[in-house]
Amino acid sequence: MKNFALIVRTLVAWSVTLLIVFPLIWLVITAFKTEQQAIAIPPQLFFSPTLESFHEVNERSDYLHYAANSVITSVVSTLLGLAIAAPAAYSMAFFRTKKTRDILMWMLSTKMMPAVGALVPIYVMAQTAGLLDSLTALIIVFTLSNLPIMVWMLYSGFKDIPADILEAARMDGASIWGEFLHVIRPLAMGTLASTGLLCLVMSWNEAFWSLNLGSSRAGTLATLIASYSSPEGLFWAKLSAASLMAIAPIVVVGWFSQKQLVQGLTFGAVK
Amino acid sequence: MAFLELKGVEKFFGPLRAIKGVDLRIEKGEFIVFVGPSGCGKSTLLRMIAGLTEIDGGSLHLDGRDITKLPSSKRDLAMVFQSYALYPHMSVFDNMSFALRLANVDKKIIDEKVGRAAEILNLTQYLQRTPKELSGGQRQRVAIGRAIVRAPKVFLFDEPLSNLDAALRGQTRVEIAKLHRDLGATTIYVTHDQVEAMTLADRVVVLRDGAIEQVGSPLELYDRPANQFVAQFIGTPQMNIVDTTALPGLREVVGAVDAPDGFIGVRPESVMVRPAGSGKLAGHVELIEQLGADTLIHTKVNGGVQIVSRQAERSTLHPGDAVGLDIAPASYHLFDRQGRTVAAQAGRH
Repeated sequence: MKNFALIVRTLVAWSVTLLIVFPLIWLVITAFKTEQQAIAIPPQLFFSPTLESFHEVNERSDYLHYAANSVITSVVSTLLGLAIAAPAAYSMAFFRTKKTRDILMWMLSTKMMPAVGALVPIYVMAQTAGLLDSLTALIIVFTLSNLPIMVWMLYSGFKDIPADILEAARMDGASIWGEFLHVIRPLAMGTLASTGLLCLVMSWNEAFWSLNLGSSRAGTLATLIASYSSPEGLFWAKLSAASLMAIAPIVVVGWFSQKQLVQGLTFGAVK
Repeated sequence: MAFLELKGVEKFFGPLRAIKGVDLRIEKGEFIVFVGPSGCGKSTLLRMIAGLTEIDGGSLHLDGRDITKLPSSKRDLAMVFQSYALYPHMSVFDNMSFALRLANVDKKIIDEKVGRAAEILNLTQYLQRTPKELSGGQRQRVAIGRAIVRAPKVFLFDEPLSNLDAALRGQTRVEIAKLHRDLGATTIYVTHDQVEAMTLADRVVVLRDGAIEQVGSPLELYDRPANQFVAQFIGTPQMNIVDTTALPGLREVVGAVDAPDGFIGVRPESVMVRPAGSGKLAGHVELIEQLGADTLIHTKVNGGVQIVSRQAERSTLHPGDAVGLDIAPASYHLFDRQGRTVAAQAGRH
């Protein structure tokens, strides 16, 4: 009876996992097919893989240009976000007032509004400032949309540091910057790293704003992928190849930093 | 001008006036102890001197300079925290040298100063360990070492012994006293333990509800308390306080026939237990506490008043035994209804 339950549980777990991962697996498989194989019915599971689609994607559109845009926007917005969120989290964690909780909730609540609700005003602002299709606009929007989560994560990491350690540093002659550099940074390295990584991933994956504010000049990889879904029809193999090229770098980064990511996301939850 | 001077220092927490205009002058090299029950504001006052809590009113002067608004990092004070507050990610050496490294002191001088402090505190063999590899007592010594390495103008101690067990507490107390004698540094020490206050202090500051009740040397406070609160706070067991209306005969027993309406205080060591039938007061033993060196005898005097006596001799009495009590001549303290000490009468020391 106990064994039976275990078998059922295992089967259910595997089916659910397969269900979730299947589109991704199919995307990877399709990327190595020709267009004919990609739309063949019944779908082909066995075929001779080809890199044709990758070549075509690279030829038709400048992959490196879009990839560079993705790297620049995500890295710069992450650094900028950390620079703004860390002081905010510091003051909330170590100089708590009655309103701190409310401010944190208010920050998070801005993430509950659908992004499309702010599309028109932000579009108009970018247009008026002459920042449409510019990396600057994307970096600003990415940074701002990630800030609430960054502040939350850093806040929950910082508040586990005993305040009297910081007071001791102050008594030892440390300025606020010294406190951060010599005490908070080493003690909260895990939090800082995981917050940075998460925001890197989120910025990289961001599609809504890059599609609406960016185009050929400032477009990110999300724009590149979207360009393969055209009014003339879908080119499945090329779309898959482009998608694979877009997600591959961040998947690799994510793979190597799983530990930090998980640690950061469960911060405070397990203690 | 005093070395460290507090002038009308005040602190408000919302509408609550937590520190009520404290005036205090501390001379160079003095060992000052702030003592009082929990919530009396002693730690707040220390943190205000440290610059960790803002001063809302009055001013603070150190060595002729107004430091009321100066941040902690610029005050040149060192503090030993109750929780030790060591940097967990640094070795003992790095903990102790942190302030000097921040101040860009030459590496050779740092090595020398840390080495000397480690030697004084018996920490030489632990310099490369991290705080979590040390025992509580060792951590406390590192915290003290971190303070003395800097040679600050004033040492601040915030209940530094309360996390140690009783044996270690006594030992560390002696070490702190020795350290002060050797270094001669101006020290402010906060504790709720009046034994620490009595044994360490040059002068004790007794605080209650954010105000100073009395400042004086330990024996001054013991012999001439300014009021009933200080009288009862200093000394274990507590001074016996008897309402003059509860036991009117006590006036004659202690030899203060003209004592005004209020309270009469007698220290337990001034109360002598006599065999039943002798002594000026009669009563029954309620409880005997044998402490080894001392014996505390709680007696219920006829009329319902309880009086504790302390004697060096062991006792064969049992609860319920009838006894007599005598009170040493001229050993009484008089307080009025508000608890203020009434001026000593002629014939008293």
